[in-house]
Amino acid sequence: MEFGVIQSDTQGETPHVGTQDDDLIQLLTITGERVHQQTYSPLVEHLDRAALEGLYRDMVLVRRFDTEATALQRHGELGLWPQCLGQEAAQIGSGRALAAQDHVFPSYREHGVGWTRGLDLRKVLHQFRGEDHGGWDPADHNFSLYTLVIGSHALHATGYAMGVQRDGDVGTGNPERDRAVVAYFGDGATSQGDVSEAMVFAAVNDAPVVFFCQNNQWAISEPTERQSRVPLYRRGSGFGIPAVRVDGNDVLACYAVTREALERARSGGGPTFIEAVTYRMGAHTTSDDPTRYRSRAEEDYWRTRDPIDRLKLHLVAEGTAPEFFTALDEEAEAFGEQIRDYCRSIPKAAPSRIFEHVYAAEHSLVEAERAWFDEYEAGFATEGAQR
Amino acid sequence: MSDAGGIQRIPMAKAINLGLRRSMERDNKVLLMGEDIGKLGGVFRVTDGLQKDFGTTRVVDTPLAESGIIGTAIGLALAGYRPVCEIQFDGFIFPAYDQITTQLAKLHYRSRGALELPVVIRVPFGGGIGAVEHHSESPEALFAHTAGLRVVSPANPADAFTMIQQAIASPDPVLFLEPKARYWDKAEVDVTAGDQALDLGGVGGLHTARVVRPGTDVTIAAYGPTVATAMAAAGVAEQEGHSVEVLDLRSISPIDFDTIADSVRRTGRLVVAHEAPVFFGAGAEIAARISEQCFYSLEAPVLRVGGFHAPYPVANIEEDYLPNLDRVLHAVDAVLAH
Ligand SMILES: Cc1ncc(C[n+]2csc(CCOP(=O)(O)OP(=O)(O)O)c2C)c(N)n1
Repeated sequence: MEFGVIQSDTQGETPHVGTQDDDLIQLLTITGERVHQQTYSPLVEHLDRAALEGLYRDMVLVRRFDTEATALQRHGELGLWPQCLGQEAAQIGSGRALAAQDHVFPSYREHGVGWTRGLDLRKVLHQFRGEDHGGWDPADHNFSLYTLVIGSHALHATGYAMGVQRDGDVGTGNPERDRAVVAYFGDGATSQGDVSEAMVFAAVNDAPVVFFCQNNQWAISEPTERQSRVPLYRRGSGFGIPAVRVDGNDVLACYAVTREALERARSGGGPTFIEAVTYRMGAHTTSDDPTRYRSRAEEDYWRTRDPIDRLKLHLVAEGTAPEFFTALDEEAEAFGEQIRDYCRSIPKAAPSRIFEHVYAAEHSLVEAERAWFDEYEAGFATEGAQR
Repeated sequence: MSDAGGIQRIPMAKAINLGLRRSMERDNKVLLMGEDIGKLGGVFRVTDGLQKDFGTTRVVDTPLAESGIIGTAIGLALAGYRPVCEIQFDGFIFPAYDQITTQLAKLHYRSRGALELPVVIRVPFGGGIGAVEHHSESPEALFAHTAGLRVVSPANPADAFTMIQQAIASPDPVLFLEPKARYWDKAEVDVTAGDQALDLGGVGGLHTARVVRPGTDVTIAAYGPTVATAMAAAGVAEQEGHSVEVLDLRSISPIDFDTIADSVRRTGRLVVAHEAPVFFGAGAEIAARISEQCFYSLEAPVLRVGGFHAPYPVANIEEDYLPNLDRVLHAVDAVLAH
């Protein structure tokens, strides 16, 4: 299997779970050739070259956004940045399979998924600039706020899907009405009780939810084999949930398996677990130092599997003109500049924000503390000079 | 290696690292467990180098599962081990809250003393480092409110070095709150201090408060990250002609009320400062007890300075939320004005 993962010497005792499994769905090889796959190829047949160029553009712009945000953090404009570098195919492929009415519950590095939802990516910067705990209204794009507590949103997604079920928005056969819910999380998250509990609830309720696990090989410094002795997608069967393992750096395959899972969910067929085998090419966040726990050889190995390069090879072979790539480079450059300017223009939160929206209705304690604070601030402004 | 040099000037993170090392050398039943504590040495590098020296069975990189960490630590303790668990950040202790409060805290009581649970839970806590949400909380009151748990927090490297060893030696579960904003503050530590340090009682014991700056006009009681703020406030107040006594409580469960009461009987005024929300916080307990015990010595109501009844705010306004120098001084002025 060409998708073997180079064994890092971390822990050193067990072979990486990625090595022996042959059940990986792939529709585009690392050199850009199409692979025929009985179940999934028909699901991407309608994607013509223009559509593939669209997916390519998505990935390039999201990578540009991610690189820009990383640079902004380095310049002190963001407190922290969780990169999605390397995971563009998993995010764009799955995200582009969604219908507008589907609802997404992301973790914290799903910038690519946000992009496919129509989210103005600049809004993602607010949280990491330390100016907001969110940054957007989930209702605007059916894209929930980022979740920093690992795995907890898998349950929210499942509950939301149970609501969709109760609303009668599954199995009507009306493509405008039937809805599904997707929870995105990492390989590490599969160890959390909440994720197991979510799968229990989803399975017994036939909830229209798709668990999309991006196995990017690392949970900060812990390799996937510290979380699981079996390929993660096999978790599904123990819960009675159909599961599939997909080449997460193959945008077409990610699109196809997600589309299939969404169709099952929307038609009343219940949940699916998807393991997208991919790689976090950057650090965990800008505070992390991956050289402490993984090898250059491993990173180099995965660089040859870059999801963007792979589609480019395919597009070039299919006859996409060089001008397309040049124009896209220019667009990406302008996009990067826009992001930079916007980031610096995010207004500073007022201290009174502390007391806003703690409760939906008035709360006397909060009001009292706010009044105290206002008075304290005012006094400080006038008396401060005396000190 | 840890015995090299007597007194070293080291940051708190390193002091805890050395304390862990000493405990592991002393007792081979001591083992560390947590997320990313092995090769990475923890996200704050507190366990740096320990896996290399003690191996993967004594420094265990766990799956990403806090309930799992504490739950299995309970089992290991029941099997005779002394697990020291790391919870990566304060805000991530809650998946383990059930195991800590319903199981860990209660098994000694339920077994009528037959079982001992010598489990230490290390938690980098508190704010002031510009982090994203769930990385700056001070959840100590929730745990202090749970009988069966001991809750402590060192404020300086020397205490951190000793207290972590005392916590590990404790037959009871200890929540060991590490003030993350002070991890990099350096001070002198006698890293060759002997085992007498492990005495849980007595002067300097794990639950003894300490006068870190004597004074006559006002007492400020603080712990963990706020002790340094209180010291700074005392310095400024001195320039204004006020003599402020600063207490480092060191322990939040139990609280050394005797030391606080002694001080208040001398100064007549008390300000309690902590980062956690004031409402139902440690300061509420202290104010109530001291009002009971020192009613006739008090010349002003006990004032509390701390967090507001709001979620920990976004990083760029956390300075307005935290009990900073100005807010502590404001309270000192207020009690002095009585
Ligand atoms: C409950 C909880 N525990 C610990 C953390 C600290 N933490 C943040 S990200 C992370 C690793 C997550 O790995 P994974 O689930 O594989 O997702 P990835 O970051 O690789 O996308 C950890 C341990 C957290 N955010 N929440």
